[in-house]
Amino acid sequence: MSGEGQAGAVLGGLAESEQLEQRPQPTRERPRRGLGRWLLPTYVTIAFAFLMIPIVYTFVFSFNDSVKSNIAWRGFTFDKWLNVCNVEGGAVCQAFGNSIVIGLVATVLATTLGTMIAIALVRYRFRARSAISLLLFLPMATPEVVLGAGLAAQFLAVGVPKDMLTIILAHTMFCISFVVVTVKARVASLDPALEEAGRDLYGSPSQVFWRVTFPLLLPGILAAALLSFALSFDDFIITNFNSGSVSTFPKYIYISAARGIPAEANVIASAVFLFAMILVITVQVSRAAREKRLAKLS
Amino acid sequence: MAMREFAERGADLELVGIHKRFPGFTAIEELDLTIPAGSFFALLGPSGCGKTTTLRLVAGLDEPTNGRILIGGTDVTATRSHERPVNTVFQSYALFPHMTILENVAFGLRRRRIDDPAGKAHEALRLVELDHLAQRRPQQLSGGQQQRVALARAIVNRPALLLLDEPLGALDLKLRRQMQLELKAIQEEVGLTFLHVTHDQEEAMTMADTVAVMNKGRIEQMGAPEELYELPRTAFVANFLGQSNLFTGDVVGATDTAIAVDAAGSRIVVPTARAQRHSGQVTVGVRPEKVELHREQPVVEADRNLIGPGVVTDVSFSGVSTQYLVEIPGAGRVLVFAQNIGFGPAAAEGDRVWVSWAVEHGFGLEDTPDESRFQADASTSAIAAQHRDALVAELEEH
Repeated sequence: MSGEGQAGAVLGGLAESEQLEQRPQPTRERPRRGLGRWLLPTYVTIAFAFLMIPIVYTFVFSFNDSVKSNIAWRGFTFDKWLNVCNVEGGAVCQAFGNSIVIGLVATVLATTLGTMIAIALVRYRFRARSAISLLLFLPMATPEVVLGAGLAAQFLAVGVPKDMLTIILAHTMFCISFVVVTVKARVASLDPALEEAGRDLYGSPSQVFWRVTFPLLLPGILAAALLSFALSFDDFIITNFNSGSVSTFPKYIYISAARGIPAEANVIASAVFLFAMILVITVQVSRAAREKRLAKLS
Repeated sequence: MAMREFAERGADLELVGIHKRFPGFTAIEELDLTIPAGSFFALLGPSGCGKTTTLRLVAGLDEPTNGRILIGGTDVTATRSHERPVNTVFQSYALFPHMTILENVAFGLRRRRIDDPAGKAHEALRLVELDHLAQRRPQQLSGGQQQRVALARAIVNRPALLLLDEPLGALDLKLRRQMQLELKAIQEEVGLTFLHVTHDQEEAMTMADTVAVMNKGRIEQMGAPEELYELPRTAFVANFLGQSNLFTGDVVGATDTAIAVDAAGSRIVVPTARAQRHSGQVTVGVRPEKVELHREQPVVEADRNLIGPGVVTDVSFSGVSTQYLVEIPGAGRVLVFAQNIGFGPAAAEGDRVWVSWAVEHGFGLEDTPDESRFQADASTSAIAAQHRDALVAELEEH
């Protein structure tokens, strides 16, 4: 899985789509000769192959007609794609579904709270403001193992049983930091005069927020939400400490790796990868279309 | 209190005993001001003098520490920004980048649920001749066009009072002149009360009916542009609004109609009616274009002040006029603007000259230049910057 990488690409697309100015064209270099002409392309090809081989392997083996272990190639079939949920009583799909639910709930919670914190940190001056700013970085800097074990100990001490709720709480906790950092940058670049203009033009505080502040922060908030979802969906370490008997997709893969991962897991991983790729390409294409439209207008 | 109706016409604005204190410094000190309905009023001053703060208080974007704000006789001090019949054209325009030009202009109308917002927005855009760009986004417009959209967005609401926060500051000179004329024309057409804040004295004088010169949080002098220029009352006004030649000395003689001041050996006469103080140490002055340059010692006339001889230390030719700097022993430097009626400069550097001006053109100030001369702009902005730093430092500590 490379959820974070994909999210990064989507975020990049979103961020770039905001910039309407033309980027400077790279200057044409003089033609390279001899070794230099081959070295860079070769290096790039090898690097790409290194990055792509696991993904291609996963994708190809999702079509393997495997019986128990999915290691040796036994022939091509669409069966695994068509009957994803029919193996082991649907354990793969169950885990995948849990991951999606946890990811969505944690994303909504973290994005809402994180956006509010980010606005407060940039717009208002209050006691312990810089201390809070610093403390919000801690979950990002702390090793996940420590964070996961610490949380598990706390849940045990308070007597909360480990289930979906504890996973959601844990994910919300570390996602908030990333949301705050992402949205804060967006709030800081927002001209306060725009909100003042909204107030001046008879907008009540809530109207100004929903019609001026929120739409202008939206690209940052969306980027933060995507990042949160990718982080939550991907997380294994913290989840493993705080999940009890609940299975998530990364946890399922980890456990089944011991006895051979079923091809159905490859199917889901490939599907997620394809979905992310389609998302990135859509964003890029729509951005290019918009730039062309703007160029025509001006 | 939602105002579903347009203001019938401009309303008068009254500021009573306004104080505005920020932690660490006072931005406005005891400000009393009345702006009659339908007038074009300019607040003129260097950066950091409190003029923008005044505007923000009227708009409701900041609250005064003390004092009351009345619009059309109604006390609005306690109301919030969106409840006031006031609109602002911001210095940065502050157009909403995520909306079309049309939606920007219709924003205020929609918030007040006024009938046919789109139609009225189109009408306002036609007034500023930008209706053909209604579907564009603000970032696709030039600076001058954005400025006109900002103006349309404010006047479409027919506020009782329109506030202009240096809206022409970002435009180039030619566009600025053009916009000044357009603004003035629009103000006369719609009959609103305009409160214009600027640091550009020429802009204030060409556009406004009444100009108030502000310095260090208080109004130094207020009046019609001609009055302020011809009869400044303080050294700050004399130097901020155009340039002045100032001489300080003791009053050595007084009649019913004039006082005579001895400025380091030169006797300078000023009409009593044009002087603020009539005894003791007094500063008198004259505008440089009223001063005449003589290459030979002229005959002393009763109705003219004559000082000299001095030496021309600098001549700068600017086409229409020539600016001479004359160093006169005792009296100091005298600036002379002379129209180029003949060909080229009449005197050269190093020439020995006399200067004279009609007694009726002189004026006497109520203070001396030592307090404010040569530190007008630098000091107030420096003080403001210093206060801002102190404020930031104070906030960071908590």
